[in-house]
Amino acid sequence: MIKPQALLCPKPEGLYCAPGDFYIDPVRPVARAVITHGHADHARAGHGAVLATEATLDIMAERYGTAFAEARQAAAYGEAVDRDAVQVTLVPAGHVLGSAQVVVRWKGLTMVVSGDYKRRRDPTCAAFEPVPCEVFISEATFGLPVFRHPEDKGEIARLLRSVAQFPERAHLVGAYALGKAQRIIRLLREAGWARPIYVHGALERLNALYERHGVALGPLAPATSKTKTDFAGEIIIAPPSTLQDRWSRRFPDPVAAFASGWMQVRARARQRGVELPLIISDHADWDELTGTVDELRPGELWITHGREEALARWADLHGVPARALALVGYEEEDDD
Amino acid sequence: MRAFAELLDRLSLTSSRNAKLTLVRDYLRETPDPDRGWALAALTGDLSFDAAKPAFIRKAVEARMDPQLFWWSYDYVGDLAETVALVWPRRPGANREPELSEVVEALRTASRAEVQRLIEGWLDAMEEPRERWALLKLMTGGLRVGMTARLAKRAAAEMGGVEPAEIEELWHALHPPYEDLFAWLEGRSEKPSAEHPGRFRPAMLAQAIDEAVDFAKLDPADYAAEWKWDGIRVQLVNEGGVRRLYTRTGDDISHTFPDLVDALFEEGVLDGELLVLRDGPNGNQVASFADLQQRLNRKTVDAKLMAKFPAGVRAYDILAEGREDTRTLPFAERRKRLEAFVARQASPRIDLSALQPFDTWGELAALRADPPAGDPQVAEGIMLKRWDSLYEAGRPKGPWFKWKRDPFLIDAVLMYAQRGHGKRSSFYSDYTFGVWTEGEGGGRVLTPVGKAYFGFTDEELKQIDKFVRDNTVERFGPVRSVRAEPHAGLVFEVAFEGLQRSGRHKSGVAMRFPRISRLRWDKPPGEADELITLERMLEQMEGR
Repeated sequence: MIKPQALLCPKPEGLYCAPGDFYIDPVRPVARAVITHGHADHARAGHGAVLATEATLDIMAERYGTAFAEARQAAAYGEAVDRDAVQVTLVPAGHVLGSAQVVVRWKGLTMVVSGDYKRRRDPTCAAFEPVPCEVFISEATFGLPVFRHPEDKGEIARLLRSVAQFPERAHLVGAYALGKAQRIIRLLREAGWARPIYVHGALERLNALYERHGVALGPLAPATSKTKTDFAGEIIIAPPSTLQDRWSRRFPDPVAAFASGWMQVRARARQRGVELPLIISDHADWDELTGTVDELRPGELWITHGREEALARWADLHGVPARALALVGYEEEDDD
Repeated sequence: MRAFAELLDRLSLTSSRNAKLTLVRDYLRETPDPDRGWALAALTGDLSFDAAKPAFIRKAVEARMDPQLFWWSYDYVGDLAETVALVWPRRPGANREPELSEVVEALRTASRAEVQRLIEGWLDAMEEPRERWALLKLMTGGLRVGMTARLAKRAAAEMGGVEPAEIEELWHALHPPYEDLFAWLEGRSEKPSAEHPGRFRPAMLAQAIDEAVDFAKLDPADYAAEWKWDGIRVQLVNEGGVRRLYTRTGDDISHTFPDLVDALFEEGVLDGELLVLRDGPNGNQVASFADLQQRLNRKTVDAKLMAKFPAGVRAYDILAEGREDTRTLPFAERRKRLEAFVARQASPRIDLSALQPFDTWGELAALRADPPAGDPQVAEGIMLKRWDSLYEAGRPKGPWFKWKRDPFLIDAVLMYAQRGHGKRSSFYSDYTFGVWTEGEGGGRVLTPVGKAYFGFTDEELKQIDKFVRDNTVERFGPVRSVRAEPHAGLVFEVAFEGLQRSGRHKSGVAMRFPRISRLRWDKPPGEADELITLERMLEQMEGR
């Protein structure tokens, strides 16, 4: 029997596949990388060759310029690609546009690296596909039983109710520029909000990229396009850091909303001066993390980053041997 | 329950008073009886359960999940009720979610053993952590969502388009879930009767006088003057066998002042100032506000404390005599009745706020600037009341004025700034300022003497905010320490109403009601005041 550690093992640069000679989401420049998704802590510039989905490569080019790597190769979901003796398949992870799990097969052994993932419906990206495997390597950003994300529809309804209740104020929604912002916009459209949605400049290029990939966002306008009082009753989407920033002063008495899984904990909302926390996350919550392990029943669970100890304990209690890899460099704070 | 949970959730994160009013008003408008009535009772603090204690909740949750996972969760969240609300395992389809009224009615009648079973059943049935959190808050009492009873009643008044004072006056005749109140507010029935012995009568408040404008228009002969006492405004009631002491917002504080509620032997309602009154050479003598604070906000009070800090009421108005409502009489007439009434009680716990005769505004100004020896020395200023004024609830413009003493002033140096809340969350708007004192090494150092977050204009706030951002030395979470050296920094002229000794402050002094009165961009911090100045002011205040 082949040891899983022979196929994938943690190194300071990231998770390393020796028989295929590549890293998954390396945090330092390497010769060969497989990238799960476009968030900056997973997709860095400066690698030799990069294998990722078309959308992820697009996102990296948008962020870092087209010269972000010496060579790049796009793989469609489900398409098997050989890396030396190893077969690599990218499978939807449901996290953001282009996000993928990395399925690694070698000598009859299958290991799945989840990347960041969620199990809920997201109108801006393909849904997570469970892949049976001997070892499942999971994230655990929200790996504590306190994180139980409610239905996103209900959270959007709370936002729209507040807009109706406070017509004299603007609603400023803090949302991470890649993925969360576009998902919020789509959810607002699905809830019937047809008015222009005002967006911070930092979101414009990624919004356009999503549109190019077939995610219709409806009428958008720059958040600088009106005078202060005209923003009454409008919804503005901006990076979370703007909520308490001087930038927010351009709006009339803004209601600070923040779309993030961290908003589940009241102290987090209070710390950031958030008046309307929207618990909408692109990561699996506790029930999704444990539910996925339960569904896959892998021979082993490895945990890459987040709150590893709680998920590891849960898995052990439920008969799945688990180990924490304690990979560093993946941010868990604040933005999602 | 879901709507109530959402209301509590939003109130707890909303700092603006107006926004809170909107949230409560809309909730009352959209929620049917009796749920909204129970919610209003919860917000006004008129709802409490003694059968439910929070300790069992922890046991109940540990019986449902791995204690180690619970402990990690609790350690992360830090608040027991919130942790339990979040981690409580779902039991889909367990039961129907309860309405608020079902919860309240059951909690009011169930025994302790039953309550535990009920709460566990409700927690199982609730889908969202928000609801479970609201249930646990309700159960353990003390919602702590930054809502005062007064504000909640005001929201009800807004919902019905009536004056808040109308609800205040009715309040003590009403009982949750207030169906008669809502019927009236929605125009479906007559106003409920306020004829309820021992009820609170909404207080009449004074406008601050604008010296530059008002005196020119006012005739001194129309007004009576008296000292403005530095205590707590109260209403002392003896009516139909009911004895009460209310604050000016209608909170019943009778249980804290058993020594006072029995002081009226005749039926009547007095308006006056709650003070600590000790025997002096010429009758009662007012003690400091710090002494009064020893008696406030206590759950229980013993004979020793009452003897050490004897409370009294200095009466300045009479709202009812016997069963007669006197509020429709002019002040001159009420005053005569008051004097005779107080004299008849012959109680050392009640005395009269004396009128100060004067002929011209100039004469009164001199009196205010230089109060005679005795109690007037600790007065906050002067009250003016029109002789013909009726007793009206609220703050009508014209009949009553307050003319506060000039505040004390010092120049202090900005040391720390903290982000504000709500509208001000993008601004550093809460300031800690200090004065110079001798440091341990012998040199001059700044020691904090107070905190203020108002007194400046919006334009000045922007300027200070910019200064803070440009001169930050260190950051601790939402707080920044700001450059404060003899030749670089920002000086505030700080106005305050008084000083107290304080063991909790490193400087040993605490200010009452400090605010920023001027920005002294022109003044080098090295020339700001020294702690010794404050200490001398304090000695002077204590000496008189």
